[in-house]
Amino acid sequence: MTVLAEGMAGSRPRTPAGRAVAALNRTAIHVFLALIGLVWLVPTLGLLVTSFRPRADIQSTGWWDIFNLHLTLDNYSQVLQAQGMLQAFLNTVFIAVPSTLLPLAICAMAAYAFSWMKFPFRDSLFLIVVGLLMVPVQVAFIPVLIGMRELLPDLQLTRGYGAVWLAHTAFALPFGIFLLRNFFITLPPDMIEAARIDGASDIRIFRMIVVPVSVPAIAAYGIFQFLWVWNDLLMALVFVQDSTKYPMTRAIQSLLSQYGTEWHLLAAGAFLLMIVPLIVFFSLQRYFVQGLLAGSIK
Amino acid sequence: MGLQQQLDTMRNYAALAGGKAARRTRGPEKPKWGTTILFLTPAGVLLLVFLIYPAIYTVLLSFNRGRNGIFNEWVGLDNYARLFADPDFLNFSTFPPSGALWNNVLWLVLYVSIVIFFGLILAVVAARVRYEAVLKAIVFIPMAISATALAVIWKFVYSPDNIGLLNAMLGAVGIGPVAWLGDQGIVNFALIAVGIWGSVGFATVILSAAVKSIPAEVIESARVEGANERQIFFRMILPMVSLPISVLAVTLVVNVIKLFDLIFVMTGGGPGTASQVIAFTMYQQAFGAGQWGYGAAVAVVMLILLTPVMIFNVRRFRAGSVT
Repeated sequence: MTVLAEGMAGSRPRTPAGRAVAALNRTAIHVFLALIGLVWLVPTLGLLVTSFRPRADIQSTGWWDIFNLHLTLDNYSQVLQAQGMLQAFLNTVFIAVPSTLLPLAICAMAAYAFSWMKFPFRDSLFLIVVGLLMVPVQVAFIPVLIGMRELLPDLQLTRGYGAVWLAHTAFALPFGIFLLRNFFITLPPDMIEAARIDGASDIRIFRMIVVPVSVPAIAAYGIFQFLWVWNDLLMALVFVQDSTKYPMTRAIQSLLSQYGTEWHLLAAGAFLLMIVPLIVFFSLQRYFVQGLLAGSIK
Repeated sequence: MGLQQQLDTMRNYAALAGGKAARRTRGPEKPKWGTTILFLTPAGVLLLVFLIYPAIYTVLLSFNRGRNGIFNEWVGLDNYARLFADPDFLNFSTFPPSGALWNNVLWLVLYVSIVIFFGLILAVVAARVRYEAVLKAIVFIPMAISATALAVIWKFVYSPDNIGLLNAMLGAVGIGPVAWLGDQGIVNFALIAVGIWGSVGFATVILSAAVKSIPAEVIESARVEGANERQIFFRMILPMVSLPISVLAVTLVVNVIKLFDLIFVMTGGGPGTASQVIAFTMYQQAFGAGQWGYGAAVAVVMLILLTPVMIFNVRRFRAGSVT
């Protein structure tokens, strides 16, 4: 944890000149890190301030002109109502929730089969899943769209949410199965064996043992998948073709191409898009980092 | 950009770690067909219908004219020949070269190296200060938010009038407004800077964990023996984090090949075609221009570019499960 900090203390210089050099080094480090902090905070902060400034102010002065600061919520009410961002927010929720729950359920089941059931070609099939991790979604776009249009024209999948739910779910599977399987196989075999000897069926072992003890892993994956869908633009571009069902990413993109310099709308819209990921990030940061490091800990 | 990256890295890490535990896997002696089918069918059907069959279809379509996505006219490698002859895709007749694929190369070289460089510096330097956690959270924030939001944030910073932060700062020292996103020679660097800004936090978190796993005694004893900070960094820390760095590099390369949202929102590939990348070309040709066969060929090129990573993952995984 404090490897390098201790190192600094350990090599404490003894002469006054040495101490001065060390202090200078320390100052340089603080200045460098402060600069980094600024560069990473200021752009977002600037847009946040802008989202609360009246349109006339935004057009005439930069957001850093804090001596002439009037704050308003008009931008938010305008973008939510007149620009339909409220509907887009709800659309994002409608898209993201099923696109998270469906892959969670399907991946957990498949991952259980790959970790604790025996069937022919199990390892070969799993290698195919590993290979599919790197298949770009682009190779599926054209046939899937044609299929939805030509084979199932009556369902009108791309007019509703059906297409985007199915596509998000299917494209999430290789990684989800992979991640959960790698967690499931670390569960103690004795626990599963004992349940088998007691006569529990696989369905029962899955529901009553494996899923409950894997809640942290399943939750971490669920959070990732939810934010992934929430933040996605590409899949919405391809698979949502009714403009009343556009998610926020797409609504903001078309706002930008229509009113490229109407920053009062764009800033407010962007923060409505960011608010949920930011809340999730700050409240569940532990899961984020845990998930990130999942591989390296094992 | 953000989450995809995390997912990809977890994917790569897991590929390394996953195999090890495989041999511990046990099951009942006889397969239970009913339950197995029940557990695997949803995933199997979706993967077949949405990924495996479409991938084969796309490869075949790329050899066809492919109007409306139908196999109506076999054209062999014509789509590929046209693609690589298209100056918007790859153009060596200019200096520096240009085109979508070249832009991916530019991204690959600058984005991957600078993200790793900053990530490593921050991981090592931030560990020396008390506000490390706060700093890492600040740098990590862009990872949580959508590339669409990232694009709006930076389009505002790059804004060409007096309200854009960057031009206002340059204006204060007398340098006249720069059209960051409107100049063909600058636009890619401006975009890569945004990409770097978005990914450094991720690299920092990954590398910070690796740096901290180096035992304190090892570093301490080196110091006692008289090693200076530079020697400690290059001779001790760097070699010990080389595996995480390579996993991170693979993740960033995959990111570059899949890069789309940021470009689409920030510049729409412009000005002209100056900032297009391969995933953008695929989207535009297939869905903008209705050139399905041609777009399919671009998708296949993406698949080919990702195949080495795929083989790398499968190999690492098999090596793990055999031993």
